[in-house]
Amino acid sequence: MAKLKLSEDKINKIKEICASFGNKPSEAINVLHKVQGEFGYLPAEVQEVIAQEIHVSAAHLYGIVTFYSFFTMTPKGEHPISVCMGTACYVRGAEKVLDEFKRELKIAVGETTPDGKFSLNCLRCVGACGLAPVVLIGDKVYGRLTPDGVKDIINEYRS
Amino acid sequence: MAKFKMHLLVCGGTGCHASKSQEIADNLKSSLKDKGLENEVQVILTGCFGFCEKGPIVKVMPDNTFYTEVKPQDAADIVAEHVIKGRKVTRLLYTDPENKQHVADSKHMGFYKKQLRIALRNCGFIDPQNIEEYIGADGYSALAKCLGEMTPAQVINEIKLSGLRGRGGGGFPTGLKWEIASKNHADQKYVVCNADEGDPGAFMDRSILEGDPHTVLEAMIINGYAIGATKGLVYIRAEYPLAINRLVIAINQAREYGLLGEDILGSGFNFDIEIRYGAGAFVCGEETALIHSMEGQRGEPTFKPPFPAESGYNNKPTNVNNVETYANIPIIINKGANWFNKIGTEKSKGTKVFALAGQINNVGLIEVPMGITLREIIYEIGGGIKGGREFKAVQTGGPSGGCLTKKHLDAPIDYDNLIAVGSMMGSGGMVVMDDTSCMVAIAKFYLEFTVEESCGKCTPCRVGNKRLYEILEKITKGNGTMEDLDNLRNLGRVIKDTALCGLGQTSPNPILSTIENFYDEYVEHIKDKKCRAGVCKSLMQYVIDPVQCVGCTACARNCPVNAIKGEKKMPHIIDQELCIKCGACIEKCKFNAISIQ
Repeated sequence: MAKLKLSEDKINKIKEICASFGNKPSEAINVLHKVQGEFGYLPAEVQEVIAQEIHVSAAHLYGIVTFYSFFTMTPKGEHPISVCMGTACYVRGAEKVLDEFKRELKIAVGETTPDGKFSLNCLRCVGACGLAPVVLIGDKVYGRLTPDGVKDIINEYRS
Repeated sequence: MAKFKMHLLVCGGTGCHASKSQEIADNLKSSLKDKGLENEVQVILTGCFGFCEKGPIVKVMPDNTFYTEVKPQDAADIVAEHVIKGRKVTRLLYTDPENKQHVADSKHMGFYKKQLRIALRNCGFIDPQNIEEYIGADGYSALAKCLGEMTPAQVINEIKLSGLRGRGGGGFPTGLKWEIASKNHADQKYVVCNADEGDPGAFMDRSILEGDPHTVLEAMIINGYAIGATKGLVYIRAEYPLAINRLVIAINQAREYGLLGEDILGSGFNFDIEIRYGAGAFVCGEETALIHSMEGQRGEPTFKPPFPAESGYNNKPTNVNNVETYANIPIIINKGANWFNKIGTEKSKGTKVFALAGQINNVGLIEVPMGITLREIIYEIGGGIKGGREFKAVQTGGPSGGCLTKKHLDAPIDYDNLIAVGSMMGSGGMVVMDDTSCMVAIAKFYLEFTVEESCGKCTPCRVGNKRLYEILEKITKGNGTMEDLDNLRNLGRVIKDTALCGLGQTSPNPILSTIENFYDEYVEHIKDKKCRAGVCKSLMQYVIDPVQCVGCTACARNCPVNAIKGEKKMPHIIDQELCIKCGACIEKCKFNAISIQ
């Protein structure tokens, strides 16, 4: 990945967030939540600034970022697609739906399309098991999905 | 509070929310306003009713009419017909699948008849965003009773007598846990609510928090009073935005009403609650891992002892309980331990909430007394298997549990019985499977989850589970040997005995229980290279029957890899080398000419 150069504004924003949590190492996870909410993802350069501000090593912070699946170091697409792979969805055919998304978008799980429009991920149980199999696009929930329906849904967002 | 003649309760749980229940509620409100009834009929967005299969749900009170699969455009009819003319909108009523009769009252529906709602008592009845509704349903009266009439020791004793055990899965006696924490002296103690529901297929904790957040707050304050803690923390998954939102509202309201903060109800007792966010790690459901995560660390477990009751959050005595456990506390205090311990079995008291999912007619959230049988849950509450297929197995306990089969259908369900048959209660996921599920693939599915979620701290879990997964992969690809089965069993037992925390100690359960109960299916994969459910792609071939095939070319046109060849109006052939076994052809064939062999 090319090295990003963070703008002064962004660095100040990060510092501001760290300060709002008292620059305490124990607030690392809260800080990361807030910063990811702001920037969408947590590239290495951003982590370095946070680490310095809350007085931990960059390696320590990287350890936290990579431990939790909620934190991501790659930017998500404009329309992040999450296919639920909880057990209820799995036994009702989520894998076939996922395969169809992969084929239609020509990307693997964890990747983003070259035009930055879609990214594909799996998640574990959104708690809408009555609608299994379930797919989230952004915050919108699509339930009882079949592989046949995948193309239409993607087309909703393509235009 | 304003008095209303009638209430329209709209389910605002995650499933119904995703099916536009907010829009339904908005439409109901505007229809009522059009008719000038907005001051007589109240629309409330409640927590989950449980019957997710038929959502979105709208319930009319006081006559208890239960409308299913309501669409936003149905709102006008409900107002015009039911509210104004008093006639039920029959097309929205539930139809009993057996006698095809409409059932208006939820009490007479098969799904609800055998249920006993204790932890979910307020879900679907009150507005979770209004503390006054909770207070109106006896809310915070248990807290008042504890602070006003009971000593901390009496509170602990009551919980001990009730026989309540931890609902997060382990089943440790709650009263005993509180007692241990109360006996450790320190300048600061903590109460933690574990709302890091990580089991894929379980959503009871989120439903309680979404539907009745004050119950959990009340129980935490009582817990604090009982063990001498003044600080509470709720550790909740960041993936649950609706639950977080309602919890924040509830905490603010409780503070406003003087139920959190200093000198609660004039008793001199201080207690406050903060929220801590999880970030997606299954292992954080383990209490030591959860505590490290709250401290801003990687959520890795540590060896017990010391138990959190001795040295937990910030190295202070800490009591961790699960959401569902807490939801039982206020009603136990109000109705007494003797009321609670009459429900259930000898060693498992009360009820358990299960998330019923999978190949079953009535998917949803259910609460049943301990000791109920699987048969009652699957066939009476669950309405049987989808499409009239044959029941094969039910998986309980998620990635830590095992599969139960036909022979367990009449065994009473409680903590000890489930362990005796090789599974566990777990947090309450219950996934029903029919003959389209391959048990080897299911075991592999869970192992994949465990491998991904293993924190990597201890070798048995980090390396052992990976090896188990590889062996399963080999078997599902058709390259397994009988020796592999022995290896799975031996390695599984070693991991169980040597892993550091609950995750690793239970991760081989899905494999061990499926080998135990579905040994023949493993052998078929290994010896006959056959997957009877048609799930393991490497073991099957799609074949076109030349007699049935009319050469319509539908399959060839839909094949994503152009593996199907043939002239128009002539039988087609699938090139097995090219076929990726996606099944697109079989779905498109109108002549039933394609089969899986």
